[in-house]
Amino acid sequence: MLTFTLRRLLLSIPTLLAISLVIFLILELAPGDPVASMPLTIPPEVREKIRESLGLGAPFHVRYLLWLKAFFVTEPLHALDALLGTDFAAGSQRILSFQSRSPVFDIIAERLPQTLTVVGMAYLIGVLIAVPIGIISAYRQYSWFDQIGTLIAMLGYSVPTFFTGVLLIVVFSVHLGWFPSIYDTTLVVDSWDSFLLQVRQMTLPVAVLALYNAAQISRFMRASMLDNLHQDYVRTARAKGMGERVVVFVHVLRNSMIPVVTVVALGVPGVFGGAIITEQVFKVNGLGQLLITAIYGNDVPMVQTLTFIFAILIVLFNLVADVLYGLLDPRIRYD
Amino acid sequence: MADGPTVLDVRDLKVVFATRAGEIHAVNRVSFDLKAGELLGVVGESGSGKSVTMMALLGLLPSPPAEIRSGQVLFEGEDLVTCGARRLKAIRGHRIGFVFQDPMTSLNPVFTVGFQIMEPLRRHLGLDKARARRRAAELLDLVGIPDASRRLGDYPHQFSGGMRQRVMIAIALACEPRLLIADEPTTALDVTIQAQILELVRDLRRSLGMAIVWITHDLGVIAGIADRVMVMYAGQVVEMAPVRDLFADPRHPYTRALLATVPSVRGPRADKLQAIDGQPPLLLAHPAACSFAPRCAHAAGSCAVANPPRRPVMPAHEVACVFDMARARPAPVLDVAHG
Ligand SMILES: Nc1ncnc2c1ncn2[C@@H]1O[C@H](COP(=O)(O)OP(=O)(O)OP(=O)(O)O)[C@@H](O)[C@H]1O
Ligand SMILES: [Mg+2]
Repeated sequence: MLTFTLRRLLLSIPTLLAISLVIFLILELAPGDPVASMPLTIPPEVREKIRESLGLGAPFHVRYLLWLKAFFVTEPLHALDALLGTDFAAGSQRILSFQSRSPVFDIIAERLPQTLTVVGMAYLIGVLIAVPIGIISAYRQYSWFDQIGTLIAMLGYSVPTFFTGVLLIVVFSVHLGWFPSIYDTTLVVDSWDSFLLQVRQMTLPVAVLALYNAAQISRFMRASMLDNLHQDYVRTARAKGMGERVVVFVHVLRNSMIPVVTVVALGVPGVFGGAIITEQVFKVNGLGQLLITAIYGNDVPMVQTLTFIFAILIVLFNLVADVLYGLLDPRIRYD
Repeated sequence: MADGPTVLDVRDLKVVFATRAGEIHAVNRVSFDLKAGELLGVVGESGSGKSVTMMALLGLLPSPPAEIRSGQVLFEGEDLVTCGARRLKAIRGHRIGFVFQDPMTSLNPVFTVGFQIMEPLRRHLGLDKARARRRAAELLDLVGIPDASRRLGDYPHQFSGGMRQRVMIAIALACEPRLLIADEPTTALDVTIQAQILELVRDLRRSLGMAIVWITHDLGVIAGIADRVMVMYAGQVVEMAPVRDLFADPRHPYTRALLATVPSVRGPRADKLQAIDGQPPLLLAHPAACSFAPRCAHAAGSCAVANPPRRPVMPAHEVACVFDMARARPAPVLDVAHG
């Protein structure tokens, strides 16, 4: 398993390099000019200067290699410096955003907490409610619990989050006034009151996303449970006189979790990607929103870096899913 | 051969499956009994209801679609149909062991074989982990798996089909049950292993006084180990006889046809394998007439009118046919209010 993991990690390096090149190429070929959104009164010569100052004068491969170096060398060194107070990265060029001229990674670091608290929490809650719902729905297939669960899952999955989001805002913020409709990023949690405020402002966006996630994962859980509940080994367990609880929570659950764990692991990169629409609806300025504004502003370094980070996460969690699969299912051998 | 106390007494068992196409009458008023130390062989074509009957005894059929429509299953005097789930759980795996037909899928793929053998030991006998493990190793050894104590940590996929079947047998025997129900337990095994298992079962029967139900398609095996044989057709018992009588003097046309399908090693070489012509019925209703009549070479008008009940033709030899093939002449038409 360890050698498998290491081999996969090594193999992912060329994969990621190829991905980074493709991203770079696509952004290069895409129409759009970082100075296009600047006032028309700027004379063309100045425009050219600005473009050069952004590093756009250099040929493609130079820019690509510079970006690679910045991403893989300068930025890690910089992070190390910030952590240990050393001075490894002194003077080398970091990746700068076209829009704000500040380092891309600093902006990401600023936005990440919002995304993780809201989207991450929603994912966690979604999984935590989806698993028991999936189990009960499968065990009591076609019961009223299962029927209602199916209905809610269908709604949660098929109704877009911008609709549920706005609906919740109309009901709970506008009419009932229980929760704020806008997420205040500047809120600092330092007391019980501010903590409660934070919980209240998180409630609606988390609810919207958790419903969406839970709808999907509970269906998965249910299908996987149903698959296993009808297997022969379940009958064997019953024939041994094992109680229903052992049959369901030991024999069936352990088997059913295998595909579900994989799906949950594969969904984690999506958490970091943020929930673009929900973040827009509730004005959570997380990573999803950052990506959208960067795309609108032709902020190539930002888009390039964010996209590449998502790619790394996807490759990484694919590996995590495979490793978990191998750990949970003794039939899988990776050597 | 065996005349201990009656361990199992099944009366008028009827099992129906609710399907989209309507009800399937899979088991129709099956009755049989079994004494301690006795081995009852069960034979019959595929789909004749052998497995369903035995699973119904222990309440192992999924419900829905299965429903036990009527009947009693008296195990040591206690009715398993009405005794309730809790009681049933205490009996399953403890007083009654069950070996299922398909060894490839009957073990849980994600738990070690040791864990799966230890489960009933810990649950029913209250053994602690160490003692359960020791006993599990003994059991594996007993069913002829080499290097037993090391193999406890292996997973089912690391065993061959035959070895898995032996693991299943070890699980069924774990708590030294009074009754062992084995559904084609040796089908997946090669002949030598099969002989070993049969020997093992013979020993256990003697030492534990275990009663055994042995389902098989292999009439040779039946001839070798059974005390009595129950022949099933279309969810009914058509003939029940001591093993010697059944082979020497089969009285039901279906049994005779079944025996004729067995190629003889000693006799002249048959040009082609015998088969029983026609298809078994669909069982969409409770059989109102003899189910075998459409395929029966001896069928007469009376066969389509009533479903003949089982009746004794000799001591301990019962047949459900209006004829008695031994004498090959029509028996008096029976009072069929029962059928
Ligand atoms: N879940 C089910 N739903 C509907 N019908 C079923 C179900 N299970 C079994 N049956 C029917 O019950 C009848 C008896 O099946 P059973 O498995 O007992 O046959 P069998 O004698 O054990 O055959 P084999 O020798 O192939 O194992 C068959 O006609 C089958 O179609
Ligand atoms: Mg069967």
